[in-house]
Amino acid sequence: MTDKKTNHMHLYFDARSVNEGFARMVVSAFLTEMNPTLEELSDVKTAVSEAVTNAIVHGYSTEAQQVELICDRNEDELTVTVSDRGVGIADIPAAMQPFYTTKPEQERTGMGFAFMEAFMDEVRVESVPGEGTRVTMKKCIGRENGR
Amino acid sequence: MDKEYQIQGTRMKFWMPKEVDHHKAAALRDQLDRLIEMHQIRELILDFSETEFMDSSGIGVIIGRTKTIGFYGGKVEAVNLSAQVKKICCASGLHRLINIREVAENDG
Repeated sequence: MTDKKTNHMHLYFDARSVNEGFARMVVSAFLTEMNPTLEELSDVKTAVSEAVTNAIVHGYSTEAQQVELICDRNEDELTVTVSDRGVGIADIPAAMQPFYTTKPEQERTGMGFAFMEAFMDEVRVESVPGEGTRVTMKKCIGRENGR
Repeated sequence: MDKEYQIQGTRMKFWMPKEVDHHKAAALRDQLDRLIEMHQIRELILDFSETEFMDSSGIGVIIGRTKTIGFYGGKVEAVNLSAQVKKICCASGLHRLINIREVAENDG
């Protein structure tokens, strides 16, 4: 009998836009061990990019803060958690509506949460105004291979 | 030197960068707006053959430029999209705003 396939990763990085690509690379590397399809890899990278960008764009007004990124593997299920200690979201259902954005002047499309929901199996958002936001996303990997 | 853009009259073909995310969006937007204004571009062809990744920040840049060029009666097209880029263009509804094709017409 083989051991239960689990893995865990915990990372803090500065809330700077240059780290968006870094976060995508880290999660891709973590995911490689789970033998994802190219499409699954792309889906996870897109969702992570949206969550980390939200944390950086909306989480803070200065760059002197950190974003927390956690990856967990439980057999074929990947869980990615992205947290910030930024401004928080007062109305989560409104924020999750497609095209809702507080920063139209920066050409933010308001599609971030819609993309996370489209590309992951499950997305949970917890937030306290003034304290921060945590986004937890789950995706079953390898299902498209029929495993 | 990397090929970045080709201009013929008011038609510009622009090669999108390898990654189009929030980190790259502001500089890309400024560069495109400068070129569109300077050369009075009315037909913009965005070539994604070099692009490996794009997220909603890239969609924002394209929608913004589509509005600018549309205001002057012009049009925007996207060509040579990877599977990932095509997927987010469809998920965002961008494929209803601009023409998405495999290969640009009139390409030599």
